Amino acid sequence: MEQQVKQKVDKRIKSVKQLEQLRQALADGKDENRVTVAVCGGTACLAAGAKDIVAAFEAEIRKRGVHARVEFKETGCQGFCACGPLVVIGPEKIFYQHIKPGDVPEIIDETILKGKIISRLLYVDPATNQKITHESDIPFYKKQTRNIMAANREIDPTKIEQYVAAGGYTALSKALFQMSPDKIINEITRAGLRGRGGGGFPTGRKWQSCWVAEGDVKYVLCNADEGDPGAYQDGSILGGNPHSVIEGMIIAAYAVGAHEGYIYVRNEYPLAVAHSRIAIQQALDYGFLGENILDSGFDFKITINKGGGAFVCGESSALIASLEGKVGEPKSKYTHMAEKGLWDKPSLLNNVKTWANVPLIINKGADWYAKIGTAGSKGTMIFALVGKITNSGLVEVPMGISLREMIYDIGGGIPGGKQFKAVQTGGPSGGCISATLLDTPVDFDELTKLGSMMGSGGMIVMDEDNCMVDVARYFIEFLKGESCGKCAPCREGLTRLSEILDRITRGQGRSEDLETMQDLGEILDAGSLCGLGRSAANPVLSTIRYFKDEYLAHIVDKKCPAGVCRELIEFSIDAEKCTGCGVCARACATKAISGEKKQPHVINQDLCIKCGACFDSCKFEAVKKQ
Amino acid sequence: MTKYWINGNESVDISDAEDINVVHLTVDDKNIAVSGGKTIFAALQRMPGIGEIPGLCYHGAVRPYGACRLCTVEVSEDGGKRYRFVAACLYPVTEGMIVKTNTEKIRKLRKGIIELLLARSPNARVIQELAKEYGVEKPRFSLGDNDCILCGLCVRACQEIIGKSAISLVNRGIYKEVAAPFYAYELEEGCIGCGDCMYVCPTGAITMGANGKPVLPKVKIPFGEIGAMGTKEKRAK
Repeated sequence: MEQQVKQKVDKRIKSVKQLEQLRQALADGKDENRVTVAVCGGTACLAAGAKDIVAAFEAEIRKRGVHARVEFKETGCQGFCACGPLVVIGPEKIFYQHIKPGDVPEIIDETILKGKIISRLLYVDPATNQKITHESDIPFYKKQTRNIMAANREIDPTKIEQYVAAGGYTALSKALFQMSPDKIINEITRAGLRGRGGGGFPTGRKWQSCWVAEGDVKYVLCNADEGDPGAYQDGSILGGNPHSVIEGMIIAAYAVGAHEGYIYVRNEYPLAVAHSRIAIQQALDYGFLGENILDSGFDFKITINKGGGAFVCGESSALIASLEGKVGEPKSKYTHMAEKGLWDKPSLLNNVKTWANVPLIINKGADWYAKIGTAGSKGTMIFALVGKITNSGLVEVPMGISLREMIYDIGGGIPGGKQFKAVQTGGPSGGCISATLLDTPVDFDELTKLGSMMGSGGMIVMDEDNCMVDVARYFIEFLKGESCGKCAPCREGLTRLSEILDRITRGQGRSEDLETMQDLGEILDAGSLCGLGRSAANPVLSTIRYFKDEYLAHIVDKKCPAGVCRELIEFSIDAEKCTGCGVCARACATKAISGEKKQPHVINQDLCIKCGACFDSCKFEAVKKQ
Repeated sequence: MTKYWINGNESVDISDAEDINVVHLTVDDKNIAVSGGKTIFAALQRMPGIGEIPGLCYHGAVRPYGACRLCTVEVSEDGGKRYRFVAACLYPVTEGMIVKTNTEKIRKLRKGIIELLLARSPNARVIQELAKEYGVEKPRFSLGDNDCILCGLCVRACQEIIGKSAISLVNRGIYKEVAAPFYAYELEEGCIGCGDCMYVCPTGAITMGANGKPVLPKVKIPFGEIGAMGTKEKRAK
C-alpha cells in the first residue's frame, strides 16, 4: 500500500520542464528500428473479430520473442470500418484489411520481420481494381484531412504515455503558463470554432459568456450522449483518444474558471465509458487533473456520468436535468446555460468533437485553424458515412467539401452499381438531400438552407432501393419513441405524423395528407419546447420537398416505386424467364408458390405475405416486384 | 414624459418610477407597465383590454412548466425587427419588449395544438370549448379517449404544494402518463387524499374514488399487467 501511494506521488508531473523530460524520456526509449503495429480496436472492428486478432498478435509476438522489435498496440477507431478488422504496420503505414487470426503469423514473419508485402491482404481499389499498399494512397484516406482522427491510429487509448509521447498535454501546459483566460477565449473565438454537437453555436462566444458570468462555482460539461442512428463519432473519439477531450475540457475550465467537470456519456458506449474512466485515472496519476495541475495552482476534476439511454438527454437542458438526478426532460432555454446551468451555476457544455478540437487550436494557433473550412464554418468535421456506401466509416473532411466528393471520392460510391438517391444528414432530425444537390458544399449554413442540418455528423446514404416515405416513417417512429413527451406539439404531433406516414405506406393515404403533414411540421417548429421537437418534422418536410412524386405515387397510385412498402407491392413470376427449378417454392414460408417441375411457377397472391424470399432466391430474375 | 397604461385602462405618468422595479412593454399595441421578474403570462393575467391568453398547464400556485404551448406568443426584443415564438408562461418580461398575443400566426399555431389535443381527448370540456373558440371542427386524426393531456399540474401540485409527490409522470413520449409509484393499481400511503390533483386538473381526468383517494386517468400499466408490480394485496395473492 505504502509503495503504491509512493508510486502515485512519484508519477505526478510538477512542472512544464518535467512534462518535457517525460516526453523526451518516452521518445528516447524508442528504438529507431522498431516496427509499430496498430490493430484497430474500434467498435466496428471489434464486432468483426479484432479481439481475436489482438490476442493472436500478442501470442505470436511472445512466442517469437520479438518484443524489442515490434511495438504492438490496439488503437481506437481508425475510421475505415468497411475494411475491419484492419492493421496498419510500420512507419510506412502498410494497410491490411479483413485480416483473420490465421493471417497473423504470416504478417509477423513476412511483413514485420522481413518487410515483405502480403498481397492478398492488401486493399483493392474497386474503381481501378488495383491493390494499394500504403494507407495514404487509399482514396478513402487521401481526400480526408484527419486533424483529429489521425491521432486515433497513433495511440493506445488506455495508455497516457502514448498520448504524451505524441505531443499530448502540450496545449494544456501552453494554456496554463503562457496564456491568460481571455487570451485562450480570444484564440478559440478567432479560430471560428463552432459547436460540433449540431447547433453550430460559436464556441468562443459560449466560453466568453460563461467566463463573464458571475459565480464562485462553475461547471464544464462534455456531451457524449450521441444517440443518432448511424452516427458514432463521439463514441469513437472518446473511446479512441479520450485524453484529447479531457485536455480540451481542462483548458476550458482554466479559461472560464471552473473546477469541476462532468462527462455525460451514453452507457451504450462501453468502450468510451471504460476508456475515459481509465484516462481520467491516469491523468490524475500524472497530475494533469486534480489539485495544482502542473504546479500552476489550478485545480480541476472530472466525473463520468453514464446516460440512461434517452436520446433526448443529448439536448443540453435535458442533459443537465439528468445530471442533476432529475427526469431527463428539456427545460425552456430562456435563461442561458452560461449563466444558470447545472445546479443553477454557470455551465459550459460542449460536444466531444468540439472538445477534441480545442488542444489543436491552442497548439497550432487560431490562424492555422481558421484557414481550414469555409467563411462561416471553420475547421474539419467528422462524419459517419454509412448506409448504401462502399467505404463506410468515419471520415474527417474540411468544412465546405461537396457531398459528391464525400460520397463518391471518399465513400467510393454506391455498391452494386445502384443509383444514388438521397443522403440523410444530421441524424433523425436532419433532412434528406436529393441527388440534384450533390454539389452543395457541406457546412453548417448550407445544410440548414437545404432543410437539413449538420447535426452530430451522421450521413446515411440511400440508393434507389430506399423508399423515401418509408425512410421518413422510420425516423418519425424513432423520434416518437424518443420524445420526452413533455410538450403537446412534439408528443402529439409526432404521434399523428407517424400515424399518417404509417397509413400512407400501407396504401391508405389520403389526398389531404401532405398538407396535414406540412401543417404539423409548422406546429412542431413553432410550438415545441426544445430542439428535438422543433426539428423533428425535418425528415418529413425534406422528403416532401425533394421527393414529392414518391409520396404522390403512394397516395394516389397506391404504388411504392422503390418496392419497399409491403402492402403496395406485388410479387409475380415471369413465365418466360421461369425455369421451374422450384427454388422459390422451397424458399416460400407460406407455400404461396406452386407449379410443376420444369414448368413456370405461379404465386398465389392470397397466401403471399410479401417477404421477398422468392425474389432474393431466384437466380434467373424471373420473380418481379411491382 | 411618457404615459403608460396601468392595468390596461388608466393612463398614468410613471416616468419617475425608475427606482421601483417596473418593466415597460408593448402588448398588442398597448403600452403597459408591470412589475418586473414576472413571466409574460403572469404579468398579463386579468389585464383589462388585453385578450386572455389560453393556457392549460398554467396555475398561479405552482411553478410554470411549459407543456401545453397554448400560451405561445410572439415576442420581439429588438424593437420589432425580429419576432419569435415563446411560451408566455415561461418567458420573463423585459424592458421595452413587444408582445403580440393574438396574431394570425399564433391563432394558427394554437388551432393546430388544439386540434391535436382534441384528437387525444375529445371528451374534455375545456378542450371542446377552446376548439369552438379557435374554429376547430373535427380533428383530421383518429380520435383517442384519454382525458389526461399530461399538463403535469396534478404532479406539480402534489409535489410543490402538498409536498407528498404521491404521483408522478412516468415513461416518455407517447407512453408518458400520470401514475403512482411502481404503477401501483391504487394510491397507497404516499397519498393523503387531499384531492388537490383533482382540483387543479383542467380536463377533469382525475376523480375522487370511494376510498377517499383520487382515481388517476386510465393507465396502461405495462408492468402491472404482467404482475411484476402491483398493490400489496395483488402481490400477496
